[in-house]
Order: sequence, then structure tokens, then C-alpha cells
Amino acid sequence: MSTLLIRNGRVIDPASGLDGPANVFVRDGKIESVGKATPKAAEAFDAKGLVVCPGLIDMHVHLREPGKEEEETIASGAAAAVAGGFTSVAAMPNTEPACDSEAQVEFTLLQGRRAGMAHVYPIGAVTRGRKGAELAEIGQMHRGGAVAFSDDGTPVHNAALMRLALEYARMFDRAVIQHSEDPNLFCGCMHEGRVSMELGLEGIPAVCEESMIGRDIMLARMTGGHLHAAHISTRGSAELIRRGKADGVRVTAEVTPHHFTLTDDRIRSYDPVFKMNPPLREGPDVQAMIDGLRDGTIDAIACDHAPHAPEEKEVEFAEAPFGVIGLETTLALVMTYLVGPGHLTLAQAIEKMTINPAKILRLPKGTLAPGADADVTIFDPKKKWKVDIHKFRSRSRNCPFHGWELRGKAVKVVVGGRLLDCTTAPA
Amino acid sequence: MPKEARAKPGASPPSSASAFSGRHLLGLQELPAEEIRLLLEQARRYAPLSTQNRTKHPVLKGRLVVTMFVESSTRTKNSFNLAARRLSADTMDFAAGSSSLSKGETLIDTAKTIEAMGIEILVVRHPASGAPDMLARHVKAAVVNAGDGSHEHPTQGLLDIYTILEEKKRIEGLRVGIVGDILHSRVARSNIWGLLKLGAEVWVCGPATLIPEPLRDLGVKISHDFDALLPNLDVVNMLRIQLERIKGPPMFPSIREYARLFGLNAARMRRAKKDLLVMHPGPLNRGVEITPDVADGERSVILDQVANGLAVRMAVLHRAAGLAPFAEGGAE
Repeated sequence: MSTLLIRNGRVIDPASGLDGPANVFVRDGKIESVGKATPKAAEAFDAKGLVVCPGLIDMHVHLREPGKEEEETIASGAAAAVAGGFTSVAAMPNTEPACDSEAQVEFTLLQGRRAGMAHVYPIGAVTRGRKGAELAEIGQMHRGGAVAFSDDGTPVHNAALMRLALEYARMFDRAVIQHSEDPNLFCGCMHEGRVSMELGLEGIPAVCEESMIGRDIMLARMTGGHLHAAHISTRGSAELIRRGKADGVRVTAEVTPHHFTLTDDRIRSYDPVFKMNPPLREGPDVQAMIDGLRDGTIDAIACDHAPHAPEEKEVEFAEAPFGVIGLETTLALVMTYLVGPGHLTLAQAIEKMTINPAKILRLPKGTLAPGADADVTIFDPKKKWKVDIHKFRSRSRNCPFHGWELRGKAVKVVVGGRLLDCTTAPA
Repeated sequence: MPKEARAKPGASPPSSASAFSGRHLLGLQELPAEEIRLLLEQARRYAPLSTQNRTKHPVLKGRLVVTMFVESSTRTKNSFNLAARRLSADTMDFAAGSSSLSKGETLIDTAKTIEAMGIEILVVRHPASGAPDMLARHVKAAVVNAGDGSHEHPTQGLLDIYTILEEKKRIEGLRVGIVGDILHSRVARSNIWGLLKLGAEVWVCGPATLIPEPLRDLGVKISHDFDALLPNLDVVNMLRIQLERIKGPPMFPSIREYARLFGLNAARMRRAKKDLLVMHPGPLNRGVEITPDVADGERSVILDQVANGLAVRMAVLHRAAGLAPFAEGGAE
């Protein structure tokens, strides 16, 4: 029997409507109580001046195992998650081979448990081998522990297949997460607009994303399935989701930190560290992401952590792979660029990284309500620090925020009742 | 001052312009108008020497210029090599096909390897937009962009402007049309930046599928009606369709239809201004964007462009070597 008391923190639990000074008492991996009481505990942590909230959940990461272990492993990714204040991550299935079977789902869970850092939840492939031709064994993967289904990295292009996926996953009450992109319109390496025109780089038009989201919302309406739009990036996408929600469609959406902080102007340097998919868009799109977060159109913040080896990434812009890492900068970017300027309250920001992704993934997490899993994040909302990619726990360094001065840093996390250090935890 | 420069294109710039702003030449987008004027003047001073073989200018003696062409080219590579030799530089060709680039080495490693041999000026052509920018970040040598993907071809832009200046004695106020595949054209981009900075009215014309709309934000005017546009132009620069850069479905229905809508031929020339200047950066696709009679006709300056390219590239190498404008005199 283990007990832990987190004292004197500002406890914010949007799911329970809590925001105020309180002590959080944990027993045997579950939240026992939140309140004024100071029960005797085997372990205690004084969180004076710190925010204590449900453990942060990043519902969209790429951990590269199996297949590209030199870029990231489940263990290194889970350690990077803890360093960034996350207690749970959901791993996308675009590994090599793809995570499209019960055995692979269980492998991911097992490697996550072995790592003993953040919880790692597998997202299973929608189609066999992520080839977009026929459904993978969604039921078997669900039994094995898959929390959602996605062919992320590539979309489910065939509309009939997407319909089947939404209908089939509905049986297990699981979301289909779509990487929204029409492959026929996808023939570039950055956002199509003035900057791509000036740079002579082939563009990916906004409609490439929007047309797929529009179609999928119609399919979700028809099937009653749960569509989750991954990493939306354009004004038009936000508007489609806003309308879909207003019409009662089961659609949710997430946005990455780079899409609410950066624009395609950054690419004028031709530095591939700014190359990701969906690409960085324009100023009004960034504003639409912020507006969408504020009015609830966008449910979750997820970083799309996509590690790449330097020899792959530091090449000609058009040749470089898409993707940036984010687990160790997300919290600070949210604090600095969403909470700091007042776009979101602290409680709203926490909601987008806790209870909302938990609901989308059907995890019994994201709250400090008694009986919930004892996952807690303790962070300093004011701590100033400078991003240094060389200090990352991730195996990769492809982060566009190197050298940025940010505010807000995780201090400790509790994962399943165990107190872990966010700055010096073992690698 | 600009007025005087317009009236007498050969006049010396003011003495305040005593230095170039840098050594790399990655594009005309980042060059201020004054720097473009300096380069044009430097080229004018080298012009008498550029196309004769007996005398060499000693200004780059003992310096090594490497041409690294990772995309095929004949005229530009030869032009750079000849320009370098006319300035007494040593030259070395780095042929991409036979190099380690074909063995999986990265472009940066390759460039650093060549640099370790002591080069000062690296002339780069590359199929990827931005490759010279990337090299400039990683190597110490001066990087001269000899054409990167669909981004820029600054020496072509400069020599086109130089040619217009030679013929028209001014740039400001001229109405210049660039016709063809603008979307994929680095020549178009460099021309647009340079011409706009020097005060020309720039039009682009071609199929809507090959004209990027954001050009309007730069102040470029767009037409899809060549017949309506042509009579108003002082200069027309005809571009090749870059079929090799078109992936996916063809971006226009047929060559025949393209030639009918956007080709320059004798019938169209009859409605043009009598002093219309006809240009083409080459290579020509005779019978597609331009008919042979027009390409070889009296208003064509296509071969002058090639000759002027030498003088312009001598000026660019002069700048890349870190020399002050007009240092050690011109050809005189």
C-alpha cells in the first residue's frame, strides 16, 4: 500500500470545476481525495507556488518503435513525455511495420510498461498495413488495448472505406482519427500561398485538408461514428468543424503548438526544421486556431511529436521528411502563447490537455476526481527557461523552437501513483 | 540620382556606393535596387573584355572558382567558367553525376569536402529550390546561385535586365511581359524581383494553371490574353514550358493549344510595338513558345543575352570574391 500527498499547490481540475489551494492525496495508484485535509502519507511533495492538475495527455505522438529506433523508442519517447509534463501519450501506428494487429498493440503497451515513464497507449491502424485498401482487425486491436484507430501519416482516402471504418469502430465506441488530406491535392512540401510562390517550392493548398474534413464530417453524420480530425491547420477546417459540431455531428479536433505559434514565413530560410505536415499556414490560420481553441471548436492540443534523424532532416527542403518534435516544449508554448496573452484561461488550457483528450480516447483519466487514475502534473506556470534541443530527453533534435525563451515548466509528474521528476528523470 | 542613372545607364554610380553588401548571390529578392545597379555597372565595365579571347583581366588571379551543377546545364555552366577564366581565376568543374552525391553523400558534406580544397567561390545549380541558401548557411565560400529549382536564377535575371538596359537605355516605366510557365520558372522570379525594384511595370501571361495568383501581392499584373497584352509591351520575355517539373496530370491540354494561345509568331508580332524587344532565356522550343522567324528576327536579342551573360557573370564573380565595386579598374 503506497500513499502520496501533494500539498499546498493550486489545484486545477477542469473536469471537477476545481481551482484553488488544496492537497491531493493518492493511494495505491488512485486519487483518494482532494481538499484541505492532510492525511499521513508515505511520501509528500510541497507544491507551493505550483499548479497541480490532472496528468497531461498528448493524444498524438510518433514513437518510431518498431522500425526507426535511432530516432525514438517507446522508452525515450515516454521519458521525453515525462520531461515535458505528460503522463500519457497515444502512439500513432505508422511504425515499420505498421501497428495493425493485436500483437503489435500489445507490444506497444508492453514496451510502455517496461519503460516505466509516461503511460503509452497504442492507436491501431484503420487499414491493414496502413495501405488504405481493407479494414485492419479493429475488434482484435480494441481487445488488445488500442484506444483509437488511425492511418495517420496517410489519410483513409477511399470514402467507402472511411464509411466502413466509422461504422465499424462505432461498435467498440472508438474514434477514427483522420489525417485529413486529399492525396490528389497533396503534391508539395509547404503551404501554398505567397511564400511558396516566392520560394519556388511546391505548395499544399488549404483545400487539400479542408475537402477531406468536409467529406469526413458528412460521413460521420451519416454513420454516427466518432470522427477526430488530427492536427487541423486552416481557417476553413476550423469553420467546417465548428459547423459540424453545431449540427450535432460527433466530430472532435486537435491542433499542434506549431500551428498556433508559427507561420509559413519561417520557411524563407529553407530550413527543414520548419517542414511538417500539415504545413505551417498563414497568419489568419494561426488566429483561427486560437479562436477555435477559445470557442471550443478545437478540443485538444497535441504536438504530433515526429522525431527524425539529422542526416534525414538536414537536406534540401523539398527532400526532407515532414515532422517536428514537441513533447518537451508543448506545455511552455501553451503557457507562453495561449495562457500568457489571455487567449485561454489556465483551466481551459489544462482541459485541452487532460479531460478532453481523455474523453476522445475513452481513457478513465484527465481528472483528479476520487477514484480516477493517479496521474498528476505539477508545473511552475511562471518559470522562464530557454529551449535547448541538446538537453532534450527525446532521441531527436528536430524542434523549431530551439533558443526560444518560454515560460512554464513541469516540475514533477505522478504516473499511476509514482512521483517522477520532470527535469532529471533517468534516461 | 536614379533619374541620372536612367538617362545615362553607363554613368558611374555615386561614390557613396563603395562596397557591395555581401558576397553570396542567392537571389535578386534580397538585393537592394542600388546593389543591382552596381552589379549592372560592374558588368558594363567588364563588357568590352567579356567576349574577346586575347586579353584576360587579372582581378581573380590565384582564386579558385568551382562550378557545382547538380542539374544539367550547358550554357550557364560554360558562361560561368568562361567568365571566371576571363578574370584569370582557376576553375574546377564538379560533375554531380560522377560524384559522391550519387553515392548517397549529402549536399552539405559534398560542398564541405570541396571547400576543404580551398575554394572561395562556389557556383551552384540544383534542382531543389533553396539548395544554395542551405549551402550558404553551412560553408564559408561565397555561394553564387546558378539556378535553384523554381526559386531564382539571379544571373539570368541580371543579364536580362542588362540586355533591356542596353537596348532601351532605361528600366523604369517600361512595360515588360514575361510569358509562359511562370509557376515553375526561376528565371521569371529573378526577372520579376529585379524589374520591380528598378521600376518596370511587370506583366506575366500564360495559362491560369501556370500563373500563381499571389504574384498580384508583389505588384505584378496578370493576363491570360496574350493578344490583348502584346501590343502594350515594350519588352517580351518568352519562357519555355518546364515539362520536367510538372508532376501529376498535365497542366494544360496540349502543346498545340498552348502555342495557339501563348506562342509568339509573325502574326502576333504584326500587332506589337515596332520597337518591341523579343527575349528568351533559352533553351528554345522552336514552334512552341516562339516561332523560328521571330526567334531569329530583327527584334530578337536572344544571342545578345548570351553574350551579356558573360559580362554579368564576371561582375557577379568580382563581387563574390569580396572585391570593392570597380576595384582595380574595369577593362579600360
